[in-house]
Amino acid sequence: MIPLMTVVRSWLAIILFAAAGLAVAQGNLEIDTPAIGALKQSMQQRHAQLAPLYDSGVIGLAADGNITLRDASGLPLAQRGPVNALVAAENADRAALYREIARANGHPEWEADVRATFAERWIDRAPAGWWVQRGGGWGRK
Amino acid sequence: MTALRSIAMLGAIVASTSACVTINIYFPAAAAEKAADRIIDDVWQLRERATPAAPQPVEGEAK
Repeated sequence: MIPLMTVVRSWLAIILFAAAGLAVAQGNLEIDTPAIGALKQSMQQRHAQLAPLYDSGVIGLAADGNITLRDASGLPLAQRGPVNALVAAENADRAALYREIARANGHPEWEADVRATFAERWIDRAPAGWWVQRGGGWGRK
Repeated sequence: MTALRSIAMLGAIVASTSACVTINIYFPAAAAEKAADRIIDDVWQLRERATPAAPQPVEGEAK
């Protein structure tokens, strides 16, 4: 009855393998890598310059996980270039962050899901007064 | 001969099933939200803003 033993043993292996996969899926995501740490620090430093622009509504949190120049009308002409550069740099860091988190967890294909999760959390956690994009339209929190 | 064939078939089943498990792990949405919140806390410095470093006035000493 060796084949029966083999069947039992291989099913046991399959079940254990599936359980291990589930454990990985339900645990924490790896976010403590040097690349993610560097991106976080870069974004944290930039935030000092971005915060007043969020407050005044010049930039807003977009539904796609990026930030957007929403209303430049209150911005002096000379500041538009630098603000545009800030927005572009922030969005580049955000894209790299989403990609790095997916990669650090061994699933580069998760990048879009990571981005969607962040998009929701940035908007949910934004303080009152900031402009956010929800359901296609912009509104002030 | 039959034993050999069944072992080969089992091998194929094990290989294909384990490959499915490895490739098709679903996206861990709850873990991703937790990770996002931790990063947002750091980038926006929300924890420091939430707990201002104002020292507690010492009460009961003026008596």
